[in-house]
Order: sequence, then C-alpha cells, then structure tokens
Amino acid sequence: MSFLNANTYYIAAFGLIFIGLYIVMAKKNLVKVVIGLSFVDSGINLLLISIGYIKGGTAPIFSRPGISPLKMVDPIPQALVLTAIVIGVAVLALALSLVVKLYQQYGTLDIRKIRGLKW
Amino acid sequence: MRKIIALIFLAILLWGITKPVSRIPFGTNKIKVAEHYITKDITETGAANVVTSVVVLYRGFDTLGEVTILFIAAIGLASILYLPRKKVSDEVLEESSLILRTGCRFLFPLILLFGAYIFVHGHLTPGGGFQGGAIIASGFALIFLSCRERVVSTVKLGVVESLAGMTFVAVGLIGLATGGYFLLSFLPKGTLNMLFSAGIIPVIYVAIGFKVGSELAGIIGNLMERTQ
Repeated sequence: MSFLNANTYYIAAFGLIFIGLYIVMAKKNLVKVVIGLSFVDSGINLLLISIGYIKGGTAPIFSRPGISPLKMVDPIPQALVLTAIVIGVAVLALALSLVVKLYQQYGTLDIRKIRGLKW
Repeated sequence: MRKIIALIFLAILLWGITKPVSRIPFGTNKIKVAEHYITKDITETGAANVVTSVVVLYRGFDTLGEVTILFIAAIGLASILYLPRKKVSDEVLEESSLILRTGCRFLFPLILLFGAYIFVHGHLTPGGGFQGGAIIASGFALIFLSCRERVVSTVKLGVVESLAGMTFVAVGLIGLATGGYFLLSFLPKGTLNMLFSAGIIPVIYVAIGFKVGSELAGIIGNLMERTQ
C-alpha cells in the first residue's frame, strides 16, 4: 500500500502511456489510433511534471518576498511541458487532417481495408 | 492475434522501464541544472516567474524551434486539406442553438481579454504566451461553431502569425547586434513583480501569444471550412 501511495503519479502516467500504446497497436479504426496517440502525449507530460516535483515544494515564482529558492520545484520540466502541450494539439490536428483525407479517398476508416500504399 | 502481440510488447516495455524509473524516487530533490536558474533568476533576468525566464531567455532558442514546429504543423494541415474555394460555399449549415449563439456573442470579447491578460502577465503569474494563445484560440473555436456571420479570414490570421514570428526573431537579432549574442535582454530589468520589468521577456511572450493564438485559430478554421 505504501508503494501505491508513494508512486501514484508514476503509475498513472505509465498507465496512460501503456493504454495509449495498446490502442495504437490493437485498434483498427484510425480515429481511435489518433486518440491513442493523444493518450501517450498526456501520459508523457504527466510523467515529466511528476519527476520534477519535490515534496512540500512551492511553485517556482517569486510572488512574495519571503519565498526561499531552496523549496521550489524543478522549473525545467514545467517549461518543457508548457510548449509540448501546444505542440501536441497542433500535431494531433495534423494527424486528424490525414485521417480526413484517407476517409475521402477510401470511404472507410478501417486500416485493414486501406490497402493503397501498403508495402 | 494483434491484441496478444500488443500485450506481450507492453509487458516487455514495462519490464524494461521499471528499473530506470525505480532510480528516480517520487518527490525527492533532483535539481541539478535548475539550481542556477532558481538562485540567479532575479539578478540575471528580473522575472518573478522562473518557468517563464527558462522558456524565454535561458532556453529561448529552443522555444524558437518549438514555435517553428507549430508553424510547420499548421502549414502541413493547410496544404493537406487544400480545396479550391468554389466547392466550399454551397453547403447549407444547420443553425446552432440559442444558448451557443448568445454565449458566443457575450463571451467572445471576454475570452479575448482573459487570454491577453494571461500572456501580458506571463513573467509575474502562472501563464504566458502559449497558455494565453490557447485560450484565445478557444474563443475563435466558439466563433467558428456558432457565429458564422462574423467571418474570420484564415489569410488575415496568417498575416498576424507571420508578423508575430518576425517580432520574435527581430528582438533576438537586436540583442545579437547590441550585445553580442542572440536573445540578449537589452531592455532594463526594472523592479521585481512590476508589469514593466524583466527586460525583453514580456515583448517576446506577447509575440508568442499572438503567434500561438492565430496559429491554433487558423488550424481550427481550416479543419472547419475544408472538411465538409
């Protein structure tokens, strides 16, 4: 039980990543594959943020005079995730536009029936 | 069959990942590089928010690359979904509901104001150009959903986005010309926790806010207009 309590955020992050990877590998509908990719995206963001966390730490902002720099959480993962979220949205939209074009071409979203460019 | 292979692959991945992750225990202090950023932040950049000074100054070149990825994704989406104009307009759209239309008219200016507040105060409070730009794009999503009479031209959004990107690069190049390196903070640092402080950080974050907002609004507009 103490293992679960100590590692809740890691377990949730890897749970999201593994659920996303399973969807990408096992599902046959292309929209579901794109949803799986966004699951992996959120899981990795949560993992980076939880690696940077320090117990009892404050946000890395000098909003009041009395805040000590020694108690702040790591600002670098937060800076990385901040841009990664917006980029994730743009890349998701790009993937969805490819799915739209495939549907217009083949009239289906099932990857077993889309056989045009398979090697 | 696919599902069994996928589960076996995930089990191998889980087995391989537990060992490195068990070396980084949750909640302990692992700061090495960021110690410089945290302790020297006030004297070197003058921004109250350490995350903002990492994004805009210490790793500013990296942020320029990330903004470029966003730009390339938007261009790729527009070129994949490219349609000739005449095929777009002959569709008859369903009327949106009264709640959505009224909410759109009432909320759109307020959403723009809130997004602008978020990215102008990026160096003082949690927030900044990326978050404020995403909020502004959500306002434009409301416009594209219901208030179709307020036509938002994707060409104008593209002009705003290019001007904001050029502002970012130009501010960096002024630093290169005056002080010797790209993205040098050549403006005065001011007093901590004031709106006009922290050198070039607010200028760059306002540019990023405009760029991200117009870029995401353009993505939504392309997806709405060209996929019917």
